[in-house]
Amino acid sequence: MKETQNTVSSMAASLFQDSAREALSLQDEDITLSVEGLDLYYGDTQALKGINMQIPSRRVTAFIGPSGCGKSTLLRCFNRMNDLVDICRIEGRIVLQGDDIYSRATDIAELRRRIGMVFQKPNPFPKSIYENVAYGLRLQGVTNKALLDEVVERSLKSVALWDEVKDRLQSNAFGLSGGQQQRLVIARAIAIEPEVILLDEPTSALDPISTAKIEELIGELKTQYTIMIVTHNMQQAARVSDYTAYMYLGELVEYGDTITLFTNPREKATEDYITGRYG
Amino acid sequence: MKEWWKSGAPWIWLNGGAVTISMVMVFGLITLILVRGFSAFWPHPVLQTTYTQPGEAQLEILGSLRRSQVFTAEAMRDAGLNIPQEQALVDRHLIKMGNRDVTGRDFGFFVADFMTPWSFPRDATVLERREWGDFIGFPVRLLEAGGSVATGDALWPEFKLRLARSNALYDEIRQIERVDIGRINFAIERVRLDRRRAVLRDTLTPQLEAELAARRAALDADYAVLEARLDELYQEAGRDSLVMRVADGREVTVRLADIVKAWQPNNMSVLQKVWFYLLDFKDFIFGYPREANTEGGIFPAIFGTVVMVLVMSIIVTPFGILAAIYLREYAKQGPLLRTVRISVYNLAGVPSIVFGVFGLGFFVYFMGGAIDRTFYPEALPAPTFGTPGLFWASLTLALLTLPVVIVSTEEGLARIPSTLREGSLALGATKGETLWKVVVPLATPAMMTGLILAIARAAGEVAPLMLVGVVKLAPTLPIDGNFPFIHLERKIMHLGFHIYDVGFQSPHAEAAEQLVYATALILVLLIVMLNLTAITIRNHLREKYRAESD
Repeated sequence: MKETQNTVSSMAASLFQDSAREALSLQDEDITLSVEGLDLYYGDTQALKGINMQIPSRRVTAFIGPSGCGKSTLLRCFNRMNDLVDICRIEGRIVLQGDDIYSRATDIAELRRRIGMVFQKPNPFPKSIYENVAYGLRLQGVTNKALLDEVVERSLKSVALWDEVKDRLQSNAFGLSGGQQQRLVIARAIAIEPEVILLDEPTSALDPISTAKIEELIGELKTQYTIMIVTHNMQQAARVSDYTAYMYLGELVEYGDTITLFTNPREKATEDYITGRYG
Repeated sequence: MKEWWKSGAPWIWLNGGAVTISMVMVFGLITLILVRGFSAFWPHPVLQTTYTQPGEAQLEILGSLRRSQVFTAEAMRDAGLNIPQEQALVDRHLIKMGNRDVTGRDFGFFVADFMTPWSFPRDATVLERREWGDFIGFPVRLLEAGGSVATGDALWPEFKLRLARSNALYDEIRQIERVDIGRINFAIERVRLDRRRAVLRDTLTPQLEAELAARRAALDADYAVLEARLDELYQEAGRDSLVMRVADGREVTVRLADIVKAWQPNNMSVLQKVWFYLLDFKDFIFGYPREANTEGGIFPAIFGTVVMVLVMSIIVTPFGILAAIYLREYAKQGPLLRTVRISVYNLAGVPSIVFGVFGLGFFVYFMGGAIDRTFYPEALPAPTFGTPGLFWASLTLALLTLPVVIVSTEEGLARIPSTLREGSLALGATKGETLWKVVVPLATPAMMTGLILAIARAAGEVAPLMLVGVVKLAPTLPIDGNFPFIHLERKIMHLGFHIYDVGFQSPHAEAAEQLVYATALILVLLIVMLNLTAITIRNHLREKYRAESD
């Protein structure tokens, strides 16, 4: 037991040595989203069990856990991507600034405009770089060329892609590297100025340098957006997030300040997982 | 041996053999069509010989060799020919002698043994006539209005000049008959229909009546002018004629107005022959058929085939794509959808003549009849759409090729990665927006593949077309200068049917044989061209929507 404590502390110490930040507490945060008693079933199988949690504004919340624990499923509940699955059934509530997103009155397209999402594999559209970024605005009926130009430039700048692509905005987005494509996709998501950005393992298909760039970008974006990230990489969760949720078999085992969760987890299961003793 | 079996080599030989046999058959087919098709217009030399078959009158032969065969002497003796007993084999030649109207026999088989050695007289002349097929003989005198104007060496150059003149006159006559008078007839028919419509609707006022009469009178006046001009032209064209001596020494007069072209094959250099060949090929492609399709060109058939395929594409593409999108994207998966899908796929296996019967029964008689009663009551009892025509032929073929387009499109849609759809949906796009802005553009190459397969199938189909709109000889093209320019109700000619008609329905089988190959060649080239166009468009689209993974 003593040994374990040491391992955890040493890992956390190495991770957090430069940040020197204070532990955060959810009580002090503005809450953007709150999940209330969420159950999700695929047919007869229950994939999420009684999830209750609150997502703080302008913070990065990471979801970790072994494969199949439901963390991606939970993430996809926030922008109702699970609606695409015919056999999926959801009970409980997710409240976005006072409104239940699962109520009948919700306009799903409007919801997804407010909660953007970036996927595991870069998925630019088979269009030019410019049109990829402008896609969301064009959907909203924006045709003003000057406005589009401005938004495209601003979005690409905020993902640090502008300098790399400004001379070939009209060329096909498939010509970009994987890391550039993923940043382009993030630019596409923030072009429509969502409130929340969901990142579903955004760096799992990328090389270490691209990964570092994306992580740096996440750190910058959280000043404006509420970010949720699912990751398999615990170091990444520790590096980029303010809050971390550990999930196992569809249940939210532990959720709290990242430093606390990594250095002094409440639950034995969390500790086993982050020290690599799981499985 | 056992080792050899075990090594798997026999399998490789078997597979390789199968591929080889397929390749040999394909290349054999293409070579046959290319050789026979392209050789149809070569100016073959004209031979002269005397044929003395024992027990029959001596026969002078002037004509071109078509092909030679070797027969057993036995068989020839059985057929009643007097062949010496010691001889085992007999050569037999098929010779085209032309002069169908003079001798009544334009092709004949002749045994080589009974011929004197062949000579190739330099002044032997072949005349391609507008009627009665080719004429082969020696030019004697050129006549103008009955009086001789040239003989001997001066004849040929003078004849060429006068032939050019008579052909120019003929072109003018055809232009007047086909286009100008056609337009007037079309307008007169409209006047008649306008009047009849007014009668049916009970709106025929004296004022309208007078107006129609005035229109009719104007047209009649135009017609009278053209008719006078035609008379004049016919008079002009009938001025010259050529006296020809045929093989047996008789003299025959041929009017220059009846001659399409003339050549002296034994007096032509290779270069001249090549030039002649190219011109002849051009005439074949751009000319109109004559003599029950066995002579002249096949332009209306080429035109009809292309127009029909285009109209079919215009019908089948949107239908097939929309159906595929519904089946793949919107329909609820289940037993009902499975049944629908299996039915659609199996539609591709229904014999095409069944589609023809359906097209005739449902499209032509039922739908066409209803259209006529609703929109063209003034033309009844003469049907407008209630009779086979271009539109119904295209619609029937569209139905026939619909499964191909649906299957290809569905496969294309299924291949679009779901991450792209999710990416679009996550940006607040609706399902419809995602489809039309992301998914469908990406699937366009697959749709083009479907269209290519559809075109390949449709352009070569004949059986159903015979029932729903293709005829042996269409008097007018489906597109012309008369409003509304595209006449979907008209009957069309079609290359596939043309081959059947020329080859197997024609009274002059020997004369038609070469045209069959030439027409088949054009049909193959046409399909290749249509496909290449579609493939180019598809490759362009593929390049445009090239995904990283491709």
